[in-house]
Amino acid sequence: MRHVWTLTLFRLRLAMRNRAFLVFGIIIPLIFLFLFSAVFASKGGPAVAYVLASVLAMSVMGSFWGLSQQLVIFREQGILRRFRLAPLGPGTMLVSSIISNLILMVPGIAAEIAVAHWMLHMDALGNLLSVFVLSALGAVTFATLGLVVASVANSMMETQVINQLLWLSFLLLSGVAIPLPSLPIWLQKVALYLPATYLVTGLERALIEFVPLNHLGAELASLGGSSVLAFFVCQQIFRWEPEEKMPRQAKLWVAAALVPFLLLGAWETKQGGRLSEARSILHSTFAERPAQRSAPAAPPAQPNQP
Amino acid sequence: MSKAIIEVRDLTKKYGDVEALRGVSFQIDEGEIFGLLGPNGAGKTTTIEILEGMRTADGGTASVSGFDPQKGSAQFKRSVGAVLQSTSLPDKIRVDEALSLFAQLYGTRADRTGLLSRFGLQEKRHAFYGKLSGGQKQRLAIALALVHEPRVVFLDEPTAGLDPQVRREIYDIIEELRRQKKTVLLTTHYIEEAERLCDRVAIIDHGNVIAMDTPRELKQRSAGTTRIEVSLAKPVEAAELRALEGVADCRTVDGRTVLHSTRPPQTIVALVKHLEAHGNELQSLEIAAPSLEDVFIELTGRRLRE
Repeated sequence: MRHVWTLTLFRLRLAMRNRAFLVFGIIIPLIFLFLFSAVFASKGGPAVAYVLASVLAMSVMGSFWGLSQQLVIFREQGILRRFRLAPLGPGTMLVSSIISNLILMVPGIAAEIAVAHWMLHMDALGNLLSVFVLSALGAVTFATLGLVVASVANSMMETQVINQLLWLSFLLLSGVAIPLPSLPIWLQKVALYLPATYLVTGLERALIEFVPLNHLGAELASLGGSSVLAFFVCQQIFRWEPEEKMPRQAKLWVAAALVPFLLLGAWETKQGGRLSEARSILHSTFAERPAQRSAPAAPPAQPNQP
Repeated sequence: MSKAIIEVRDLTKKYGDVEALRGVSFQIDEGEIFGLLGPNGAGKTTTIEILEGMRTADGGTASVSGFDPQKGSAQFKRSVGAVLQSTSLPDKIRVDEALSLFAQLYGTRADRTGLLSRFGLQEKRHAFYGKLSGGQKQRLAIALALVHEPRVVFLDEPTAGLDPQVRREIYDIIEELRRQKKTVLLTTHYIEEAERLCDRVAIIDHGNVIAMDTPRELKQRSAGTTRIEVSLAKPVEAAELRALEGVADCRTVDGRTVLHSTRPPQTIVALVKHLEAHGNELQSLEIAAPSLEDVFIELTGRRLRE
């Protein structure tokens, strides 16, 4: 545990010296918040909370970019092999990166909520405890997924390609960029298999409907379950050296990281509650201003229903 | 009688179809400076990295300070320090932070000020790693390897790519390790490094130890001979020159002719006459006492730095 804390402080120090942290962790999400609010929630109120949920989710999901790239850079530059000489294992390296990422996320999340409330006139803060717990758990989930990507990818180029594919699917299908109910029905069902969907819908419920933690069981279970599984997986397939090849058997572990979402997606598809709740939130939020958060592809005023 | 602190028996290692090690065996006594001398690709780094616990051997056994390096236990890692051939640290870590970080990871209270002044890094203590010169980075790498006072120190090509001045500084550091009775295993392809620093040398080529002894004993193999290296206008068969007066051995290496002679003046006179008689011409001639390079040439017919 002492080593985890030592490495966490080391990573925090490095991050604070990196301008990219300030730019991508704080400034860009705030720019998105202002931009989305200006377009979709210019009169403030619950629409700002709806926009905030998307921006918070985007910030949280960004964890997998940062962590996967950092791990690959450390591996390619031979930094990991220097640490390998010290008496510590892959778990210590991984946990320290997840914790430091979590700590570094706090200022950005806090700034986005503060700006939404005080500058963009979001009328209520929602259930802040739920928002913070979901954001924290989401950060851990996406960080571990990023670490899985870094362990699978053999180079920075491969990491970028995998990240782009995941990022775009999370962004476009989970309700971050386009409200979930605006998607075609079959795509809404596909979205139920994505971790990002549970983060976005959970944040929407916590911010707009003040849903307390004890009513966010599915979201917490999906994010928590996949964090645990993804962490186990990335520990199994962790590579210190660029030339180390991932054993073929280990690739099966990667598939195992997707199991919680497959199970939850199948369950949610059968129940149908999440999609109808997403429609209800969208409808209630934009009822008086139907055009305020319309996506280019499909206006939220006429959500698709099964 | 000294006790062996490193024992290596019949180590084998394959990378695909390439046999990197073909049964390497040696023992190193406590307090000894032992060199692995050989050309690039001979198997030096593979051997040292197996002993550092960075690679697994396909066959054979290795023991360092009584530990099996393959198991990579914390006690093993605390008993050894290593300077890897290819490694790095993050650019934005400061020199004293790096020392402090690794001291904490090893659970020791390092005398950072002492280490910094010992390695000539006092003035650079607040400098970022990315701003250090190659020599300073290498001195820091050695300081990091010694931060936890290990019994055994592995130095993989510690002076490769460094200018002569920095190389001499590294030699002084290794001499200091000798005075401290540390056991040092170093790999090198510099003859002078092995001759100057090592108590014993194993010459390694194509994954085999082809000779092992003190530098003096190894050079005794060429004792009584003087090396005469000539370049000729037209190539001559080595066998032709072996018949000349005083010639004990003759080989063609890199297009130059290397003769080992027991009577150099007579050999030179005979050589000039022979060349005149055959319409050939002497373009250059160098005379030197035999070195480890000659031992290597005798054993392999090649130069070390091919």
